[in-house]
Amino acid sequence: MSTLHTVNKSPFSNNSLESCLQLCSEQDCILLIEDGAYGAVAHSPCAGSLQQASARGIGIYVLQSDAQARGLQDLLDNIEPTDYQGFVQLSCQHQCIQSWY
Amino acid sequence: MSAIVCISRHSPYGSSLARDALDAVLAAAAFEQDIALLLMDEGVWQAYRHQQASAIEQKELGKNLSALAVFGVEKVYVHERSLTRRGLDRDSLSLNNVQLLNDEATRALLAQARQVLSF
Amino acid sequence: MKFTVVILGAPYSSAASYSAYRFCRALLEQGHQLARLFFYADGVHNGSALTCPPQDELDLQQAWRQLITKHQLDAVVCIAAALRRGVLDAAERDRYAKPADNLACEFNLSGLGQLIEACATCDRTVTFGA
Repeated sequence: MSTLHTVNKSPFSNNSLESCLQLCSEQDCILLIEDGAYGAVAHSPCAGSLQQASARGIGIYVLQSDAQARGLQDLLDNIEPTDYQGFVQLSCQHQCIQSWY
Repeated sequence: MSAIVCISRHSPYGSSLARDALDAVLAAAAFEQDIALLLMDEGVWQAYRHQQASAIEQKELGKNLSALAVFGVEKVYVHERSLTRRGLDRDSLSLNNVQLLNDEATRALLAQARQVLSF
Repeated sequence: MKFTVVILGAPYSSAASYSAYRFCRALLEQGHQLARLFFYADGVHNGSALTCPPQDELDLQQAWRQLITKHQLDAVVCIAAALRRGVLDAAERDRYAKPADNLACEFNLSGLGQLIEACATCDRTVTFGA
């Protein structure tokens, strides 16, 4: 069974996203929320691992309202913006939801 | 296989989260739920051997962890990479018979869980 | 689907409570069931009836209370975490001989068993950490 991982901390100050990426399985998804949205910027410390995860088929999403509120525009390729409706749909598609905070 | 996996990722005394996770695990055991506790990231400090919480007038969290088996919680796991990253190993821990999980085994634990409680 | 939502952050101190609120609204809009809200750790402050945010700011607690009332949600505040942080209902005020109580009437104080029971019987558990 697969897991939706939510990450709400910036990778510039916290290793939550790094830990999440290490434990992410192929069928899983990652959703960056709150300060986690900073992980989606071009100079993200996890940019490389995020791209690799995406290449492995792991869906990477960012909560659009959190990115917009923080003025984040130039986001990494392969990171898909979503909204709270999408967040709920992702939760339904995965058996477990692990929150990294 | 565990129905509920509690993932505890925070250090023992800097916030209430480690204690809150432990209380949730004990409650699950009291309700006879199949529960596993996984310590990872800063959470591995919870099982560190040399704690003397009385120095800051707190209850010793490591002791409570060791007593989990008494309350029927058999499945206590420690994420191995989190340990080694902090220069720790099995001998650094106060827990006996704890199972160390590599990344693959940790992924497997998550993959078979029905619910995850994140702390 | 049947959801349990766990809120660990106090309002204003972190984004957790707001994110959880928006998530709950969205899941209810999609016709899912919200079996239980469980306010734990600093999340218990969401149950206070005494918050007074400035008028030009979102009143998050009021928003929670309206959502709970509108959808008749089961909103549980962890009693052990609440007592430690000074969030009391009338019964606990009397038990501990305190001068006031402050738990909003939309919430109930109860134990961690409520979290475990909800978790064991719902389809999805989502935690909002601080």
